[in-house]
Amino acid sequence: MEKEIKIWIDGTEITTSKNKTILEAAKENNIYIPTLCYFVNTEPKANCRICTIMINNRMLTACTTPVADGMEIQNNTEELTDLRKSIIELLFVSGNHFCPTCEKSGNCELQALAYKYKMLVPRFPYEFPHKQMIGKGSKILKDQNRCIACKRCIKTIKDKKGRRYFATKYRGYKLEIVPDEEMIKTISEETAQQAMDNCPVGSIIKKEIGFNMPIGTRKFDKTPIGK
Amino acid sequence: METTLQEKKIFDTLKKYGNNKSRLIDILHELKNELAENKKAVRKILSEKLEISAAELDEVISFYHFFLFGKGKYNIYLNTSITAELKDRDKVKKAFERYCETPFNSVTQDGLIGLYDTSCIGMNDQEPAAIINGKIFTNLTPYRVKELVQGIKSNKPVEELMYENSGDGNNSHPDVNSMVYNNIRRKSIILNKDYPVYSFLKKGIKEMTPEEVINKIESSNLRGRGGAGFPTGLKWRFGCRVPSNHRVIICNADEGEPGTFKDRVLLTEYPELVFEGMAAAAYATGSDIGILYLRYEYLYLLKFLNKKLIEMQASNLLGNNIEGIKGFNFNIRIQMGAGAYVCGEESALIESLEGKRGEPRDKPPFPVEKGYLGYPTIVNNVETLATAVKILHFGPDWYSGFGTGDSLGTKLLSISGDCKLPGIYEVEWGIRLGEVLEMCGAEDVQAVQVGGPSGMLIGMKDLNNLNSIELMKWYKPSGMMVAEKFFDRKLSYSDLPTGGSIIIFNNSRDLLKEVVLNFMSFFIEESCGACSTCRNLPYIMKNKLQKILNGNGVKKDIEDLLSWGKILKASRCGLGQAAGNPILSSIFNFRYLYEKHIQSLVEFNSEFEIEKAVTAYSKFVHRKPVLYHLQ
Repeated sequence: MEKEIKIWIDGTEITTSKNKTILEAAKENNIYIPTLCYFVNTEPKANCRICTIMINNRMLTACTTPVADGMEIQNNTEELTDLRKSIIELLFVSGNHFCPTCEKSGNCELQALAYKYKMLVPRFPYEFPHKQMIGKGSKILKDQNRCIACKRCIKTIKDKKGRRYFATKYRGYKLEIVPDEEMIKTISEETAQQAMDNCPVGSIIKKEIGFNMPIGTRKFDKTPIGK
Repeated sequence: METTLQEKKIFDTLKKYGNNKSRLIDILHELKNELAENKKAVRKILSEKLEISAAELDEVISFYHFFLFGKGKYNIYLNTSITAELKDRDKVKKAFERYCETPFNSVTQDGLIGLYDTSCIGMNDQEPAAIINGKIFTNLTPYRVKELVQGIKSNKPVEELMYENSGDGNNSHPDVNSMVYNNIRRKSIILNKDYPVYSFLKKGIKEMTPEEVINKIESSNLRGRGGAGFPTGLKWRFGCRVPSNHRVIICNADEGEPGTFKDRVLLTEYPELVFEGMAAAAYATGSDIGILYLRYEYLYLLKFLNKKLIEMQASNLLGNNIEGIKGFNFNIRIQMGAGAYVCGEESALIESLEGKRGEPRDKPPFPVEKGYLGYPTIVNNVETLATAVKILHFGPDWYSGFGTGDSLGTKLLSISGDCKLPGIYEVEWGIRLGEVLEMCGAEDVQAVQVGGPSGMLIGMKDLNNLNSIELMKWYKPSGMMVAEKFFDRKLSYSDLPTGGSIIIFNNSRDLLKEVVLNFMSFFIEESCGACSTCRNLPYIMKNKLQKILNGNGVKKDIEDLLSWGKILKASRCGLGQAAGNPILSSIFNFRYLYEKHIQSLVEFNSEFEIEKAVTAYSKFVHRKPVLYHLQ
């Protein structure tokens, strides 16, 4: 039996055990901390920074920081809510996210979070960057307009030898997540579906199944994120 | 026939590194020519042998500046740092473009010359400078460019393009053979050659237990000289806490902060001190693996440094049972970087050492717990290690006699910009900034950047403003840009902390257009792109600054920049957190410069100009639209 420790999230006392991250401890106790790049059962990388919480006036990410006895965590403060909203806005303006025409609408975590944080017009100017679509001769389409570089596909979509179907390219604001040209030509139905399901936005789309599930009946159409 | 030769080289290289993915950076360095010639085939073999997808290979290649570019037979990397700009870089750049007949960031049609911009190469005291096929060319002028390009076009080897033996000190050593100058202007306890090399390893060490070595460093209060100022003794102590079969000492020679070049000089003139420092740290912490991570810009020092290591191994100053001390096994290898500022961050450096993209890790765990290949790892700056040796030899009491309060000892300053005598100055901590300026012959100074671009601008006017003070709590810079009223401030960890970069700007400089824009471009270029904040926001902030400089700014734009800067504080590493500092600190301290540019009576300006937006249309239809609302 692991030793029990106590932490506080926004003043609520939680009993949890060592070797857990703040995010995991919060989840067990039905406290919602938003995530985007986090994917269950994989090593957290904290790329999106949306799970940022504060401890002793220091910003840390809930998905990577382990709990410690007596920790006092701030989660739902005005400041952090605005920070999270600004990150969502940042992701919107740095890509081309047009929900009405997107196959993932209603199943998209970015969209759901934008609703949650009541995003109307982003505070940043739209960049309308010129982006590519990749996926000729493959079962999947990688639409760079919608990619938020969360790297979930990098972490989870691998072949039997452990080689990755997706990888990062370039750095800084030129950074892209690209599929391996050869490997995606032979991607299986199953892996293609998994890649699409693991993508929090509409950047990885499995071809020929578009709009099988009608808009209005999708995941976040029924229950908003974080409820 | 040729393909087989090429294949043989690939297989030999892979074999040399044991098909080890974690040595990918070395493998890519060795196969650079092959990759430039026949990228697809080489990639195929590499990805098969290393059991990674081709995309995974590109992931690493496309991260590093010197892997991504360099497609010509001669590759010219011209430094973009602000001091180069101050010394007419633009004219040199134009000369290169004219004589090579190709724009920057492209290769000539015959594939002979590649021209590339590159971030600070550590030559700020002899700008404009460029790297051509690994060799450094300093103090460039358009005339010299013409000479160089003529030489290249007649296929001269790059060594023949240099002026022979023109550098001072070890720069003219046959193994270095470089035209770089050390420009050491002021020596004190570190730079004084009053210490017979390796004395501590040969003698002092035998009278001390590892614990005593750590105690000595702790009681000297030595703090990390890279900029962050973490207590070195404590770092060493943490490094031996976690049980492990191996421990690692890394010397961080990825000196990338624009304006710093002290590590280059230390490695040129005092390599023994640095390596001895690594061995001392290894003895203290029980480490067996030593790596010097050398930035690719300093490739010209590699042969020289490697020879030093071989000499040390030959005289049992490295290897097994060093100096007869049983169980003291330690060796050092040099790892070349490949062009990425962010690799100066210790966890990014470790990622790079493991053959990956240099993206910083989340902490905890800290490198002292879980670092290189999972072993406890201590990363120390070049200057820190050199200083440690002197402390161990002369004693912590001697050392504490120098410096002030919380900042003991001396600091190497890399001074550049608008002054008569740029170069290396070893000063005692606690020196007034004004005195530093006098020392290097700086006159008519408008501002000083202390600590490089990740530093900050500070001025009297806005510190009295409550709003700014409120905001100040967000910014804990590693250094700052200082306005004249603050030249009485002292260089120390509690007042003006610095990694040593001092860049001076006189009153003829346009701080926003020249300096701040240059620094922002630097952060945009060097961001690893992992965090959503640092990947996207500096670019947006720079555009906003450009809007203000174009005369389209309003008051709200300044407020926006201030509040957006906060968002960057959610980034993982120091680079991301500092990426807005050039703008933020210039608003704090030189706000009047911004206010000069904005339209004070206008509340909103979208920057949209209808005449401009319809120029293409007007040209096509041969008439101008009637713009009723403007009449």
